[in-house]
Amino acid sequence: MTGSLISLLVAVPLLAAGALTMVSRYTRLTIVVLMSVLVAATAGGVVLVIGAVDGTVVAHSVALWPAGIAIPFVVDMFTALMLTVTALLTTVCCVFAIFTGHAARRFFPTLVLVLTAGVSGALMTADLFNMFVFIEVMLLSAYGLLVMSAPGKADLERIKGARLYVTVNLLASTVFLAGVGFMYGVAGTVNIAELAGLASEDTRVAIAGAVCLFALSIKACVVPVHGWLVRTYPVTSPVVTAIFSALHTKVAIYAIYRIYAVIFEGDARFLWVGLLLFSATMIVGVLGAVGETTMRSILAFHMVSQIGYILLGVALFGPLGLAAGIFYQLHHMIVKASLFLSTGAIEVRYGTGTLGKVKGIAKREPLIAVAFFAAALSLAGVPPFSGFVAKLALIMAAIDAGQVAVVIAAIAVSLITLLSMLKIWSEVFWGKQQPGEEAVAATQGPIKVTSGTVAVAEKRRIGAGMIAPSLFLAALTLALGVGAHGLLSLTQIAAAGLVDTAPYIQAVLGS
Amino acid sequence: MTLALSAGILVTGAVYLMLQRGMLRVVLGFILLSHAVNLIIMAAGGTSRRGEPLGADPDPAVTADALPQAFVLTAIVIAFAITIFMLALAVAGRGDDDTDDLIPVHSQPDMDVDADAAASEATPSDDNPAETLDEFASEREGGQS
Repeated sequence: MTGSLISLLVAVPLLAAGALTMVSRYTRLTIVVLMSVLVAATAGGVVLVIGAVDGTVVAHSVALWPAGIAIPFVVDMFTALMLTVTALLTTVCCVFAIFTGHAARRFFPTLVLVLTAGVSGALMTADLFNMFVFIEVMLLSAYGLLVMSAPGKADLERIKGARLYVTVNLLASTVFLAGVGFMYGVAGTVNIAELAGLASEDTRVAIAGAVCLFALSIKACVVPVHGWLVRTYPVTSPVVTAIFSALHTKVAIYAIYRIYAVIFEGDARFLWVGLLLFSATMIVGVLGAVGETTMRSILAFHMVSQIGYILLGVALFGPLGLAAGIFYQLHHMIVKASLFLSTGAIEVRYGTGTLGKVKGIAKREPLIAVAFFAAALSLAGVPPFSGFVAKLALIMAAIDAGQVAVVIAAIAVSLITLLSMLKIWSEVFWGKQQPGEEAVAATQGPIKVTSGTVAVAEKRRIGAGMIAPSLFLAALTLALGVGAHGLLSLTQIAAAGLVDTAPYIQAVLGS
Repeated sequence: MTLALSAGILVTGAVYLMLQRGMLRVVLGFILLSHAVNLIIMAAGGTSRRGEPLGADPDPAVTADALPQAFVLTAIVIAFAITIFMLALAVAGRGDDDTDDLIPVHSQPDMDVDADAAASEATPSDDNPAETLDEFASEREGGQS
């Protein structure tokens, strides 16, 4: 019964987006539709998670074409968790966008809906070629969001970063497509379920799979192909950065997990490559952040570092490592969005995110400070936040696998992460803002200041609507840290589905 | 073999063009690359069977594999859409980044972008502070040559 309903997660956002292009001038209407679709998608994700608790896998072949030709959609626990969290984070980011005025820009709701459809489709599909198509759907709307949401008022004028973003992602997509072509050439199918285990038997399939994994690593920004992310994420508007950080690289990571688990069946021969690259990603990312001078570029480098942690889960293949990696992924999406939204709120209101230009936020905006501090501690892995549980689970898995060097790297990197977060904290949240700087910030800020700048600046506060999203996500990371058992048991079910892929394969091919 | 050679030549040209500095050349490189990948997919379907997969009862031994053709069709549409978008990006926002052919040293934008995000909003001309009309014109010419 639910089988045919899962395609609605792609169809409804796409149809809504199509309808909204016709009425894009009615801003309120578009925002209402956008929010209702996103809330419905979140609710749908929760329903799917509840349905997957007993390990059932829901699958549907679109239009009931026979398996192998149809577009297969599959939802197991991993997919359901990802669907829920991506939809939830998009909803929260859009709430933020409503209060910054971004959502009122023409076509913003449309593009976000297309993005949602692309993300849901890429998460659910069990076919490599369809994955390529859905990733492109996701990216095409992302290109639009990136260009139309340049910082400040300049629509379509400042495309800094956009060229780099488009070219790198197009290159990665093209390489992925080539990998799909090779896969079809050597295996005669691109259905992930039909390809199950072939890569560990046939070297040619393994090579084709490696081409796909390489392309996905570019999208997931694994060192040494991480440079594009840290140069493009900080230059768009804060809300778009938050949405991208929650969705884009995470879909690629999900695909790496899925492909390695099903097509390679967690082949132990290649795991050392992952351990090496993902440890390097952790270390290079966190060291790169040291030299950065704006809040968002620091956070972008930390994202690279955290992606190393998440992918370690797949390199430590096994029930423990996968469960830890999936938990880390969900935790990271929430925390990173929270951080981008809290620093974004400061950036939108005070006109700059450069360290040292804004000071004394903790005193003036205590709630934002609380949200940032909680999320920053969670990112560094301090108890009782979810970051602690995530890191602990991952380190336990690494010890279990006997990877001592990885354990040492992971602990060292989290210490440096904490240092970097404290740097933002001491530069932006502590200290006193000098009157002169304040006047500069006031004239440059997006708010029109009509009377005495200093006095107005003194009163100016970040509105509740811009605080609430990051505070909500910070509370969520605390809740996931304190009540980690619930989510951990869900991620263990998800990991079990990746270790024993039989139910997944049966669901795809049997329906 | 012909397909493999053609794909190889296309990839060579694509890599050469994509390593150039101008955005237009990069776009042309991507066009070549997507053609190369399309040829790879066509080759994946096999080149010996060429009959059309139509009619009441097509014989699988002689008809072409329709699936790669459908893949290629989809890929062409996507590549076309992104090419148009990239061509638009090649025209818009000159000097916003360092992909242009010739950039005067003084207008080299720093990659520390957020620092000047707010500043350039207040005074848009901050992007290229020392740029005069003459320099702009010479830059244009340089870009076209």
